[in-house]
Amino acid sequence: MTSPVLEANNLMLGYADGAGWNPVLEDFSTSLQAGEIVTVLGPSGVGKSSLLRVLGGLQSPQRGDVTLFNQPHKKPHPRVAVAFQDPCLLPWLNLEQNVGFGLNFASQPVHSTAQRKEKVAHALEAVGLTHARRRYPKELSGGMAQRTALARCLAREPSVLLLDEPFGALDEVTRGEMQALLIDIVKARHTAVLLITHDIDEALQLSQRVLLLGGAPATTLNEWSIDLPYPRDDHIEALGLLRIDILKTLRHSSRKVTNDLIKGDLACA
Amino acid sequence: MTRIIRQAALPWLLGGVGILTLLLFWWAWLGPLDGLGRLGNLFTPQATLASLTELLRRAELYEHIAASLQRVLVGLGLALLLGIPLGLLVGASHYVEWATTPVFQFLRMISPLSWMPIAVMVLGVGNKPIYFLLAFAAVWPILLNTASGVKQLDPRWLQLTRSLSATRRELLFQVILPGIFGNILTGVRLAIGILWIILVPCEMLGVSSGLGYYILDTRDRLAYSELMAMVVLIGFLGFFLDALARIAYRRWAKG
Ligand SMILES: Nc1ncnc2c1ncn2[C@@H]1O[C@H](COP(=O)(O)OP(=O)(O)OP(=O)(O)O)[C@@H](O)[C@H]1O
Ligand SMILES: [Mg+2]
Repeated sequence: MTSPVLEANNLMLGYADGAGWNPVLEDFSTSLQAGEIVTVLGPSGVGKSSLLRVLGGLQSPQRGDVTLFNQPHKKPHPRVAVAFQDPCLLPWLNLEQNVGFGLNFASQPVHSTAQRKEKVAHALEAVGLTHARRRYPKELSGGMAQRTALARCLAREPSVLLLDEPFGALDEVTRGEMQALLIDIVKARHTAVLLITHDIDEALQLSQRVLLLGGAPATTLNEWSIDLPYPRDDHIEALGLLRIDILKTLRHSSRKVTNDLIKGDLACA
Repeated sequence: MTRIIRQAALPWLLGGVGILTLLLFWWAWLGPLDGLGRLGNLFTPQATLASLTELLRRAELYEHIAASLQRVLVGLGLALLLGIPLGLLVGASHYVEWATTPVFQFLRMISPLSWMPIAVMVLGVGNKPIYFLLAFAAVWPILLNTASGVKQLDPRWLQLTRSLSATRRELLFQVILPGIFGNILTGVRLAIGILWIILVPCEMLGVSSGLGYYILDTRDRLAYSELMAMVVLIGFLGFFLDALARIAYRRWAKG
């Protein structure tokens, strides 16, 4: 097996909460290979976005470390692209300029203006927004904004793609198209993708591995490998069984959390 | 349809009525001054209007207007050059903000005109002390608006920029400055209002051009209808400048 592109070791993460401490992640480890799509599933508020920020070098964990290409990864890296949960477009730039934002930064490989234009045009074409390229963010629908943010990541042709619920605002058909696009890109460029979602079906459609986060503080409750070819529409049965298994684990963990909370309350009383 | 037009026209109509009322008061107020005789007549709207049309035909007037506008521009330019960087610092760091707020609030409350004698002593007579006083008056709204713009910047934009491994320079020129452009424009608009008000008294000292100088000149020549015409003209130009700044802001806000 080749060495992983991105590796997280025993991450612990929390936030100051008033005078106290809110532990969010505990002892999280994983690794990401080139050409692999890994999804992180978990209920709302479990710490998925926080984890993504740590993996993107935007936030330091309280304990543990992240390595990128076997180097310590402590600050954002030009080969890593992050799509945040919120599309986060700059209102003074039009769609095209938003997609190209950052391409001319000093940290990026040097490209001529024509090359940059081509990359932007290509990315826009891929997400199907060429027709709207002159529009400004306030003239876009939620789904269009989300696809613009995705295109901004794709235009940089990163080695690692960290996506935080990138298809949440899309309709079924467009979501299917974007998922297919992601699979194509991973095949063509051997990108390593970590995708956050709370949609089990999306995880089943896309990933080679599914990590389920749960508990408080959260850890990896379970991990599933899915060794099925794309597109996976022909494997509904196998996926269906997996789906039930994942759901069960999820339900079990949330019941456990609730029970723990009740016990805690009783202990306090 | 007609209702919409009527509604859109109403503010303009009422504005016109307001101006007419002002003229009426001006005209009526001079009645009791009848005792001034011939002198009183020089202050009437009719005499003022006659003088104004006559003044507008003189090339000399335009030189004075140009001199005044040039001073406003230089003052504004200096204020921007000073106010934006300072505002960025104040907005970016709590420590700078805490250290400078009392100083700025103190300085801001001193009428710039109080510095006039000192400015003339240090910078000599001529344009220099005027530039200084104008910049000193105009720098505050620009500084404070820039600082509050930086504080209001969307943290998500900063996070995005950081995730793209931007340098400080790229962050400043591609995110912070465009992000606070509206605040700077607001500051400029307020600054123009202050500049125009400060300008006229500033020009009454040690220069031989500009609208302020011309006011004193008409007084010395006892040309009172001309003086009134100048007062009206100053009001018009100020009104025009403010409208310009407002239109610029609205154009930008519509973007
Ligand atoms: N900047 C912050 N400061 C303090 N607490 C935070 C911060 N960001 C997140 N948290 C807390 O950390 C926990 C996890 O938040 P996070 O946004 O990572 O969850 P999530 O799994 O992405 O949820 P969702 O699915 O709703 O997006 C929450 O309890 C949240 O209140
Ligand atoms: Mg989240």
